[in-house]
Amino acid sequence: MIDFIVFAVLPYVALAIAIVGLIWRYRTDQFSFSSVSSQFLENRKLFWGSVPWHYGIILILLGHLFGVLFPSGVMAFNGVPVRLYVLEVTGLALGLLVLVGLVFLLLRRGTDERIRSVTTRMDLLLLLLLLLSIITGLGTAIFYRWGSGWYVQTATPYLRSLFTLSPAVGYMASMPLLVKIHAVNASVILAVFPFTRLVHMLSVPLAYLWRPYQIVLWGRRRIRQ
Amino acid sequence: MDVRAQIATTFHLDKCIGCHTCSLACNNLWTSRPGTEYMWWNNVETKPGTGYPTLWEDQDKYRGGWELKGNSLRPRLGGRVGMLTNLFYNPYLPAMDDYYEPWTYQYDHLFNAPQGPDQPTARPISKVTGQYLDLEAGPNWDDDLGGSPVYARNDVNLAKLTETEQQALFSIEQKVFFYLPRICNHCLNPGCVGVCPSGAIYKRAEDGVVLVSQEKCRGWRFCVSGCPYKKPYYNWNTGKSEKCILCYPRMETGQAPACFHSCVGRIRYIGVLLYDADRIEEITKVPEAELVAAQRSLILDPADPEVIAAAKKNGIDDEWLEAARKSPTYKFVKEWEVALPLHSEFRTLPMLFYIPPLLPVVATTENGNYNVADSEFFGSIETSRIPIQYMASLFSAGNEEIIKKALRILWAVRSSQQASRVGLIDEDVAAAQLAEAGITAEIAEEISRLTALPRVADRYVLPPYHREMAIEELTGDTQQHKYEVGFGSTQSPRRGP
Ligand code: HEM
Ligand code: SF4
Repeated sequence: MIDFIVFAVLPYVALAIAIVGLIWRYRTDQFSFSSVSSQFLENRKLFWGSVPWHYGIILILLGHLFGVLFPSGVMAFNGVPVRLYVLEVTGLALGLLVLVGLVFLLLRRGTDERIRSVTTRMDLLLLLLLLLSIITGLGTAIFYRWGSGWYVQTATPYLRSLFTLSPAVGYMASMPLLVKIHAVNASVILAVFPFTRLVHMLSVPLAYLWRPYQIVLWGRRRIRQ
Repeated sequence: MDVRAQIATTFHLDKCIGCHTCSLACNNLWTSRPGTEYMWWNNVETKPGTGYPTLWEDQDKYRGGWELKGNSLRPRLGGRVGMLTNLFYNPYLPAMDDYYEPWTYQYDHLFNAPQGPDQPTARPISKVTGQYLDLEAGPNWDDDLGGSPVYARNDVNLAKLTETEQQALFSIEQKVFFYLPRICNHCLNPGCVGVCPSGAIYKRAEDGVVLVSQEKCRGWRFCVSGCPYKKPYYNWNTGKSEKCILCYPRMETGQAPACFHSCVGRIRYIGVLLYDADRIEEITKVPEAELVAAQRSLILDPADPEVIAAAKKNGIDDEWLEAARKSPTYKFVKEWEVALPLHSEFRTLPMLFYIPPLLPVVATTENGNYNVADSEFFGSIETSRIPIQYMASLFSAGNEEIIKKALRILWAVRSSQQASRVGLIDEDVAAAQLAEAGITAEIAEEISRLTALPRVADRYVLPPYHREMAIEELTGDTQQHKYEVGFGSTQSPRRGP
């Protein structure tokens, strides 16, 4: 029963909250849609936090996504043991990188006077949730080896089943506790997503790659035509 | 020819008394909110000096402006992909300590202190953290410290001077400084716009004012690095960038910007320039020594019928054309060629022009006595107290001829006025100087009038904006937007969750 709630109901609830929340936030408070950078207030510690954190987490998330999208590709890749080791070690290294980054970010939030004065409860909550994610994730990688192998056989079908609206709870129910916490925590992060600074992920300015450098706007459109 | 109008400004540095009234007028009007206290959209620097934020002119440090790579112009901050990889952490961002930590004083302690043996004092407390603060920097911390080893010595413009010239600047008797008031230049090729990943910064085509859309800004902070003049500032409270808006709400209602309006020395002039937008790109790529002349050539003659016709085609109305013909900036920059852009080597085509200071009083020291009378009273530009090269580094991308020409004109104006009004200088000498400067006595008279005796209407020539028409053109039916237009943002600016 509890498995059903956390693995079949919670993900949908979280997603619903995320979507409704995002639309609401975007419509009522676009002004706050940013990473609310604090680099201006503290420059040095941020480097050791933000850079490893972001490069690591983006690659890790892409890895998770890749496993869901191309499970057979991952399996074929892992067919050669050396490749499996390389993948596992890379994953572990990224995990540690992210942990280091996050610890720096947390220490910075906790100790730097200027940063503390602009830190909200939500900032801390978010960092702690992310920390839980990283710790459970790293723990899984260390204690339950060859995750890149069994991930595509368990988590991938489970996640896919979520998308086809026929949640296969069984895959998750048989997982060790560490993995379960990791999965539930992911739902929680999804649910708080729209109410935190995480929304900055959605404003990645890719259009900058092709727009012209200069932007000139006419206030009087009619006359120009 | 794609004619556009630009509200462009001229600052006469010989007239600046360094009173900072402009800075305060601006600060009172726009930047007294939490997160903006440190923003001096208008600031007045002492030169030689390191300025605000410290060493802003050093583009090896902050990577502002544009650089020419082969035949293409790109931001010094880097290529587009490279810049996006720096989104998580901007390595070239000036941080709060490069400005200062804003503070107030603990005034209530003066009233509430318990009785004791000492007078209570009001200690400084940070406006960021609320904690006691040891003041190490503040607004105008280097004010008037023209010869100081900490500030003046580190001025990047001194790099090109010889050791003896530098020595001369710092010996106590020769110590010299002048003021450099700065606002956003509302550039034609703005660096801030070029590096904004969100595309939130834009130039208004009608009047050239460069603005940051607060709704679109996502706080990536590249504009702060990308502007070589460090005029966009990051609001640490809202997480958005803000910059000088040239008081466009005032200009739209016919008033000069607050810093102009309040200027005690009356150094500020504002007026319309017409320019050819088609040629901007070409102009930004000329060799450094030619930049000033090239930028001048971009400015069009508002009396030329061809220009007028092209301007009308672009929707510039008669009143704006009339204002362009009366524009004091046009006269100083284009007709008389005495006003020069600041650091044109940054290649942003700044639209704020400076009339360089003459600093004419030359003195000698003998046996420790300071002697003015010995030397020629008005000196000559060759014996100028601030080396020409220093001025050239500031105002002509190193081209000394341009500075000399401008100074010769200013000097001839001064001499001819002296000759005709006071008589300390011979008419012949003055005439010779006029000839050398290449101007007639009539022009000298005109320059002198606009410099020394201008009325408000001569200094601020602002055309009517007709915003009511602009709104109609944009929305079609004004009734439809009766309760919306003009109310702006209804959200209180606070930090996001
Ligand atoms: C996709 C591209 C992303 C970009 C361009 C980006 C950019 C940024 C920036 C500019 C900051 C502000 C750093 C500062 O204070 O100056 C930031 C902070 C942050 N980002 Fe990202 N980010 C991205 C993705 C992510 C992802 C995927 C996550 C996590 C799932 C994430 C989590 C965070 C967190 C937690 C902070 C706050 C750090 C702190 O406590 O100061 N970001 N990000
Ligand atoms: S001076 Fe003004 S317009 Fe020019 S780059 Fe800087 S902020 Fe932009």
